[in-house]
Amino acid sequence: MCDQRARMLQDQFSVCVNHVHALAVLVSTFHHYKNPSVIVQDTFAEYTARTAFERPLLSGVAYAPRVLNSEREDFERQHGGTIRTMANKEPSPHRDEYAPVIFSQETVSYLNLLDMMSGEEDRENILRARSTGKAVLTSPFKLLGSHHLGVVLTIPVYKSKLPPNASVRDRIEATAGYLGGAFDVESLVENLLGQLAGNQEIIVKVYDVTNTSDHLIMYGRQTQEGDVTREHVSRLDFGDPYRKHHMTCRYLHKAPISRTAITTAVLGYVIVILAGYMFYTGAIHIVQVEDDFDTMQQLKVRAEAADVAKSRFLATVSHEIRTPMNGILGIILDLRMLALLLDTDLSSTQRDYAQTAEACGRALITLINEVLDRAKIEAGKLELEAVPFDLRSILDDVLSLFSEKSRNKGIELAVLVSDKVPQIVMGDPGRFRQVITNLVGNSVKFTEQGHIFVQVHLAEHSKAVQDAKFESCMNGRSNGPQSKTLSGREAADDRNNWDRFKHLIADEESPFQVLTSDGNSQTVNLMVSVEDTGIGIPLHAQELVFMPFMQADSSTSRHYGGTGIGLSISKCLVELMGGQISFVSRPQIGSTFSFTAKFTRCEKNTVADLKRSLYDDLPTSFKGLKATIVDTKPVRAAVTRYHLKRLGVLVEVVNSIKTAVTGSGSCSCSGQPDMILVEKDVWLSGDDLSNIQVFGRALKSPKLILLATNVTSGELDKAKAAGFSDTLIMKPLRASMVAACLQQVLGTGKAEQGKVMANGSVYLRGLLREKKILVVDDNRVNRRVAAGALKKFGAEVECADSGKAALDLLKIPHEFDACFMDIQMPEMDGFEATRRIRMMESQVNEQQTSGSMDGCCDKQAQARKWHLPILAMTADVIQATFQECQKSGMDGYVSKPFQEENLYQEVAKFFESKPATDS
Amino acid sequence: MAAVAQLQRQFIEYTTSLHNEGYLDDQFTQLQKLQDESNPDFVVEVVSLYFEDSEKLLNNLATALQQKSVDYKQVDSHVHQFKGSSSSIGAQRVATVCVHFRNFCEEKNLEGCVRCLQQLKQEYILVRSKLETLFRLEQQIVQAGGQIPMME
Repeated sequence: MCDQRARMLQDQFSVCVNHVHALAVLVSTFHHYKNPSVIVQDTFAEYTARTAFERPLLSGVAYAPRVLNSEREDFERQHGGTIRTMANKEPSPHRDEYAPVIFSQETVSYLNLLDMMSGEEDRENILRARSTGKAVLTSPFKLLGSHHLGVVLTIPVYKSKLPPNASVRDRIEATAGYLGGAFDVESLVENLLGQLAGNQEIIVKVYDVTNTSDHLIMYGRQTQEGDVTREHVSRLDFGDPYRKHHMTCRYLHKAPISRTAITTAVLGYVIVILAGYMFYTGAIHIVQVEDDFDTMQQLKVRAEAADVAKSRFLATVSHEIRTPMNGILGIILDLRMLALLLDTDLSSTQRDYAQTAEACGRALITLINEVLDRAKIEAGKLELEAVPFDLRSILDDVLSLFSEKSRNKGIELAVLVSDKVPQIVMGDPGRFRQVITNLVGNSVKFTEQGHIFVQVHLAEHSKAVQDAKFESCMNGRSNGPQSKTLSGREAADDRNNWDRFKHLIADEESPFQVLTSDGNSQTVNLMVSVEDTGIGIPLHAQELVFMPFMQADSSTSRHYGGTGIGLSISKCLVELMGGQISFVSRPQIGSTFSFTAKFTRCEKNTVADLKRSLYDDLPTSFKGLKATIVDTKPVRAAVTRYHLKRLGVLVEVVNSIKTAVTGSGSCSCSGQPDMILVEKDVWLSGDDLSNIQVFGRALKSPKLILLATNVTSGELDKAKAAGFSDTLIMKPLRASMVAACLQQVLGTGKAEQGKVMANGSVYLRGLLREKKILVVDDNRVNRRVAAGALKKFGAEVECADSGKAALDLLKIPHEFDACFMDIQMPEMDGFEATRRIRMMESQVNEQQTSGSMDGCCDKQAQARKWHLPILAMTADVIQATFQECQKSGMDGYVSKPFQEENLYQEVAKFFESKPATDS
Repeated sequence: MAAVAQLQRQFIEYTTSLHNEGYLDDQFTQLQKLQDESNPDFVVEVVSLYFEDSEKLLNNLATALQQKSVDYKQVDSHVHQFKGSSSSIGAQRVATVCVHFRNFCEEKNLEGCVRCLQQLKQEYILVRSKLETLFRLEQQIVQAGGQIPMME
């Protein structure tokens, strides 16, 4: 860096010196050798001005001839001025010789006639120059005029050409004058270095080091600044061997190396600090984790305690709410009854209040039960049974539960199970029933008019038909949309209309062959759909449907009641059954919920046995009878046909009464129908009325049966007048109910009532009739009440007042079909008693197995494993109690005091699923 | 016949008031429903059992609470019995007092227990007299040749 600068300066310097040499030659040639001289001040000034670019470092040049004291007067006269000193520009005192400037560059024109030998440095320079004959330099000094530091260059001009080896004396003799130039080092070097990059960072100094002990500065400030340690020194050769110069360069700032060192140090420090901090936080973290762990454990303990507390709370609350709620409900009912009996009609507002209060009360009790149910599922304790059951009869039961409500609303409620679905399947009937009940319950709740239609098909078959939908559309009958659903109202899932439906119910000659329906597969995949024409689910709420406690919006729960927990429970149950639940819903049109469920096929030989025991209630006396259904709606007719077919009745469907009359008259091969079933709306559509009467008179033998969802007493009278004196079947249709009606009409069985409306309690009576039941309770009053209730439903009841007494009575073999067990009893509580009963049973069962291996036991005993259904009777129905019940081997529980629905559900669970017990 | 109708109306009013004042709850109605031709005296039978047991239990409780060192477990089991039979016949207010009584038992609060016993006695006597009146009404209706009206 420094060397480069030095070389540059040196080059420029020598260029300048050379040019000044040239000037010296010029002056000697044209001023001294020519006589008269051809150079005047103007010529010189112009020439030097025009050649100034050749001498970049020189601020100006001037020529001064050697004038001896003797020549001074001539000289002054000739030039018209006196010789003056440089110091004060006064006329010069007498000297031996002078060197007055006669030619000067314009920049230094102030030198004119100044005696160069009057300045100390210039004088020395002049003397040295003329004795050596070379260019010489002064030591740096303040230049005249600019006050900048500078050096003066002096070159002698001789009168004659001197030989190279001329002596000093010869040289002095021959001297004609001196050409001088001023190097204004300070400003000129500045310019020069300014052209170089990076000059700000580098301090350049130029020293005259002729006197080694005292360096004179030529350029640069004297102050010590910058990095002394990194100073570079370069020698300068300006062509004067007497003078020695050098240049020093140093960086203004600290060296980059040291900067790097500092950076490194700082980084190192930072890293150390960071590392330290990391260790510190690590240590802190460990401590914190330990603390957190402790806290967590405490929280866990508290949470567990809270869980227990919650269970207790639920127990208390369920009881505490239930009791007063029942009281309130009772009061409301009494109030309405009272008003009725006293003939003082309640005002509509009052009645509304009463109804609202009743609905709220019922909703509250439902909520408590549902919350408890959900808790059971969440605990993962729920295991599905695998027992044979008849799903058609279960669906009939569910329908009967809702028959009252649907009838009041005038909704058509119907169920249809495909012929391809096996009669008996293995699965959990209780849970299947629960899901169906929930879905139908929802539909009933949200539907004000139209229909609710439950269908069960094989999933494979349903899918096959769906795949063939295109074809079915092409072949579809040209029925108007009116007749394509059950009630004629549009449904949300329009795939469920008649076009598709007729294929699903088509007989064996159906073009849709399904591999799994041939009975080879052990799995039965069922597809169940519940279609309604209710209010539908708002689009925004559709994704929340299966979340617990979610309803479409708060107004829904206000208006319709319910907790929104039912569907989430259903979803859990369906998934447990290996299926999926989904829905299609269109607001204001309706919703269709469908789910799949896996069941297993029953062994053929067991089916036969079961069929007998499970199916006793459907009489076979109608087999081979013929019926004509008069219905304009094909789906509805299919439902009626389904129920009749279950009874073995041969069915023909016709569009109008007229066709029924003529058809039965003309087609002799099929014979006369034994009964004609007419839908109410077909009958009411005026033009058929006359036909009825004609028909009624003409053909006496077929029985006329009217099918209706609801009838007014006026309509009933009219129907009787019209010929429907035989009977009226109220929907929803159920095989057993239809059977009862037919028995009455056809006189094949004991007639009970004109209208058959079975409900839960009737069904319960069917379940409990002639069952032998043991009631265990230490409380006399409770015992008596429980026994009374069970007797009421037709059971044979025996009582035991303690666990011990119960054990005595239940010594195997015994005759009991079930046991209702109080939990809290002195000495031996219900749990303990149950455990002992189960122990006895397993002992006997083991003996039997080992006995049968010995071959000494008869088949009857081998087939029968002892397991007495034991139900806990408790006032606090909570999850914890339920688990305790299960643990000790109980089959379920009923709340005390007995509630019909609860009792029905629990009893139905094992009396249906364990048909062997009543054999 | 008018007399029967009047009696029937009285009966209904009275039953309703018993419900309204909380002496009886739905369970009593259920009990009445269980009574039919095959079991004509069911309610009276059960309620008489209840009266017998209750008086025994009240005596037992009084004795138990007079002991120097009270056996709260014993007391609690008596109250549990009382509560069970009371809810079985629908004597709601008696059952409610039993719930409080059991809380005091758990706390081993003698003063509370004694106070509850007094309350229990009062409530029991009240419900007994109410039920006796009701049965008298029933008898009168039956004697007059009427049917006992069913409460829903």
